[in-house]
Amino acid sequence: MKKLLLASLMASMLAAPALQAAEYEIDTQGAHAFVQFKISHLGYSWLYGRFNTFKGNFSYDAAKLADSKIQLEIDTKSVDSNHAERDKHLRSPDFLNVDKNGKATFVSTKIVPKAGADFDVVGNFTLNGVTKEIVIKATKLGEGSDPWGGYRAGFAGTTSINLEDFAIKNILGPASATVQLDLSVEGIKKS
Amino acid sequence: MVTETKGYSKTSIVLHWLVAVIVIGLFASGFWMVDLGYYSSWYKTAPFWHKSAGVLLLLMMVYRVLWRVLNGSVSPIPSHSRAVQKASHVTHLTLYLGIFLIICSGYLISTADGRPIEVFGLFDLPSAGELFADQADIAGLVHKFAAYGLITLAVLHAVAALKHHFFDKDDTLKRMLKP
Repeated sequence: MKKLLLASLMASMLAAPALQAAEYEIDTQGAHAFVQFKISHLGYSWLYGRFNTFKGNFSYDAAKLADSKIQLEIDTKSVDSNHAERDKHLRSPDFLNVDKNGKATFVSTKIVPKAGADFDVVGNFTLNGVTKEIVIKATKLGEGSDPWGGYRAGFAGTTSINLEDFAIKNILGPASATVQLDLSVEGIKKS
Repeated sequence: MVTETKGYSKTSIVLHWLVAVIVIGLFASGFWMVDLGYYSSWYKTAPFWHKSAGVLLLLMMVYRVLWRVLNGSVSPIPSHSRAVQKASHVTHLTLYLGIFLIICSGYLISTADGRPIEVFGLFDLPSAGELFADQADIAGLVHKFAAYGLITLAVLHAVAALKHHFFDKDDTLKRMLKP
């Protein structure tokens, strides 16, 4: 009985890597991941900002891209546009309302492979307490061993969201109705 | 060093009323400007004048404190009861501290990212950097509620002065009008 249990346990352990895509932790510790955004200022220029604090993980297997998954949790309080007074305004109920909605999350529901290294990540994005399905246009940038004994895979993704869709009143003018989100994600394979 | 004098000097009186006008102006402009729309022509100019006037107020308040330290305080009116004397002393002290607290917190909001405060376009008041986490938000809350507190106390201060003038018919208000 004991032997059988051990055998099946070992079998499942051996079989596991083949059945499941590899799990990756997004490297926020070493800050090799970025959640950036840009929005038009008056229609004349781009304003860039980012969220400094977030965490997430993904599962990924190059051979079975469609089975991949990603989830991300962003601390909305960490918004940083390199201007303290503006960031204070962005945290206020006029925009992110961080006291009430401290987290923004993205959970993928479907991966749609495209040509070459490109793919679409469909998923639910929650911002300002509102959840909506969005599509992130993503591309695989590279993967391989790092110089410190780990294994990494990296991706870039971009999507646009309408502020009004997430119950953020657009007080910035017609050119600033949408925000482009740019994600740069490097994951370290979990051992 | 603290000698007591009978009445207020001309400088003290002028400064008192200038400070009163600036404090009321700063409260009103602050209350109004936080709700300005992005496309309002005042969106950038109102904070500019608000901050500039705040720095001017700081200079005036430092001068008032120095003046008081060097020239001594004005003795209370003898007809006032001990309780009234004590209450007015505490009120005056709190008004002074409140003004300094509001100025400091305002400074900390605007300079949290290292940017200086432009004063009337004449000079820049440098930033001391981010001194603690969430500086702009915490200083913002202090600034707002201390301002509400100060203006409440200032109203009380004015009502008390009017009460002494019209009901008690003493010199409380008069000696702040004439040296």
